Amino acid sequence: MDKFTKLSAVAAPLPMPNIDTDMIIPQKHLKTIKRTGLGKFSFSNIRYHDDGSEREDFVLNQTAYRNAEILVTGENFGCGSSREHAPWALKDFGIKCIIAPSFADIFYGNCFKNGILPIILPQAVIDLLLDDASRGANAIITVDLERQEISGPDGGKISFEVDPYRRHCLLNGLDDIGLTLEKKDVIQDFEAKKRLSQPWLFKD
Amino acid sequence: MAKTLYDKLWQSHIVEQQDDGNCLIYIDRQIIHEVTSPQAFEGLRAAGRKLAHPDAMLAVPDHNVPTSADRATAVNAKDSQIQLDTLAENCAEFGVNYIPMLDARQGIVHIVGPEQGFTQPGMTIVCGDSHTSTHGAFGALAFGIGTSEVEHVMATQTLVLKRQKNMRIDVDGVVAAGITAKDIALAIIGEIGTAGGTGYVIEFTGSAIRDLSMEGRMTLCNMSIEAGARSGLVAPDQVTYDYVMGRPQAPKGAAFEQAVAYWNTLVTDDGSLYDKEIYLKAEDIAPQVTWGTSPENVLPITGVVPNPDDVRDAERKIAMQRALDYMGLDAGTKLQDVTIERVFIGSCTNGRIEDFRAVAEVVKGKRVHANVVAWAVPGSGLVKLQAEEEGLDQVLIDAGFDWREPGCSMCLAMNADKLGPHERCASTSNRNFEGRQGPKGRTHLMSPAMAAAAALTGHLTDIRSFEHG
Repeated sequence: MDKFTKLSAVAAPLPMPNIDTDMIIPQKHLKTIKRTGLGKFSFSNIRYHDDGSEREDFVLNQTAYRNAEILVTGENFGCGSSREHAPWALKDFGIKCIIAPSFADIFYGNCFKNGILPIILPQAVIDLLLDDASRGANAIITVDLERQEISGPDGGKISFEVDPYRRHCLLNGLDDIGLTLEKKDVIQDFEAKKRLSQPWLFKD
Repeated sequence: MAKTLYDKLWQSHIVEQQDDGNCLIYIDRQIIHEVTSPQAFEGLRAAGRKLAHPDAMLAVPDHNVPTSADRATAVNAKDSQIQLDTLAENCAEFGVNYIPMLDARQGIVHIVGPEQGFTQPGMTIVCGDSHTSTHGAFGALAFGIGTSEVEHVMATQTLVLKRQKNMRIDVDGVVAAGITAKDIALAIIGEIGTAGGTGYVIEFTGSAIRDLSMEGRMTLCNMSIEAGARSGLVAPDQVTYDYVMGRPQAPKGAAFEQAVAYWNTLVTDDGSLYDKEIYLKAEDIAPQVTWGTSPENVLPITGVVPNPDDVRDAERKIAMQRALDYMGLDAGTKLQDVTIERVFIGSCTNGRIEDFRAVAEVVKGKRVHANVVAWAVPGSGLVKLQAEEEGLDQVLIDAGFDWREPGCSMCLAMNADKLGPHERCASTSNRNFEGRQGPKGRTHLMSPAMAAAAALTGHLTDIRSFEHG
């Protein structure tokens, strides 16, 4: 997994609440057996006209935000499906950090597995960041995971919370399957006890 | 100390408590399908890893399968076929129990798992699909996961998780005639919103929940995720045991008795504390129907399309206007005056035998409205067989329904089953998001009986007045 340590980038404002996973990556693009290549389809239903041309009213199509790597958005972002295609599409597009008042649980967890940092902040703080973001390419926002701190374009600092285990994995780009497999003995002990207490669960 | 059902399920699966507050949680069962598993198998292969417990897995194709009568020979879209073939190949290579499309047991994962007895009380069950919450109806801790976690479970039989908070939603009393589990679920979402359950496991309690069949409990727990909760729970009882007993993968004989003795302990202790409690009166629940593009955009069928001018919050006002524009609805329109062109009966929410019985009861001896195309898609091959044994298929076909083969179908429109642009559908599925049932398609969520009534009248209809009038 890619590391996430510190990011200085343009932030795109997308203040809509309840942006669902069907909106982030419509179902017709789920028919892939790969993790990559979905960026061009991200937000496709609201990003393109029927003829495939870009909609000017969609923020990521605007010149100032084409290279945005941060998304500042509305509450309950990523609600709906468990499809990891949603963070895959955002990552492939270039988004590495999403800041919102709240996230849907499954999407939130999926971000960390793909080197994307989701940050939860109160709506009042989000409103300030949306103001900053609306200044487009003139307003670079810096997200420092090590210090758990966001620096605005005018030097203001905002601190944020993140789960220590997820932070550790992101900072070091760790494959958590590898970490869990180091605990194989503990898992086998647990299983051995379970075989005794609930034998009907085991067929092998 | 008194424990909730969720506390018990959580604690009994802790392999290791980490210093940072996360826990390594043992996963008893994983179900996989063709859309969210290929990258997980690929990850295993790339790292040279094996499945921890192939026996703890079940694979069924559902999202992409054709539901037309000629499915055996139908030419599927190439990319869909690649996903189906990849699932079959991966299952053969890794030794996973795989139910192919033409097997009578095939169907939607959340219908097949319970049917096969793969789903049992007390288990932790995961699947790369958000509607895995369905299995919570058995008193199992069941939740949807992303593909990276699918791979994690494949390789380790565990997940690193943080404990959720406890929410209780109590629905006491007796529901009125015509009110189903779907109406209860939608009423709850209307009450707490699509993010109301975020961070919680919801336990459903109360006499109206106890009165539900297993099918009804599955419908209710299925919709937990639409309230933001990854998992819903109903404590197991005799209704649960009667359902599980005799299923192919359920414990048999003395082992079943031993299991029931354990399952009987899976109740919330008296005096347990929930972090949040919501109380609804069953008598107050009217037939529900959605008007917008989020399941929380829901009202009793007697309501009118709401007015964005009545909303104070600026972003919410914009979102409501956007929803009305998308849905092609004007504020103030009576919901019962909204005409429809399509009806979809099916999905992991409402594709079970009880749902088709409810539809057959409404449409028996009547005809689908001339302007409506109505589909009935059984949730599994076994549901289809059962319905055919009961003659329900003929009742539906005589009324003008298209009686189809099992799969996810038009719930998420991944295959050829989809709405055309601006087509309006009375649907028994779970999501009314923009484009969910096809680009620019318009979805109104409701119960099977309500969708059946709409099929006959050609507009959204109150099942109560319909039955009595």
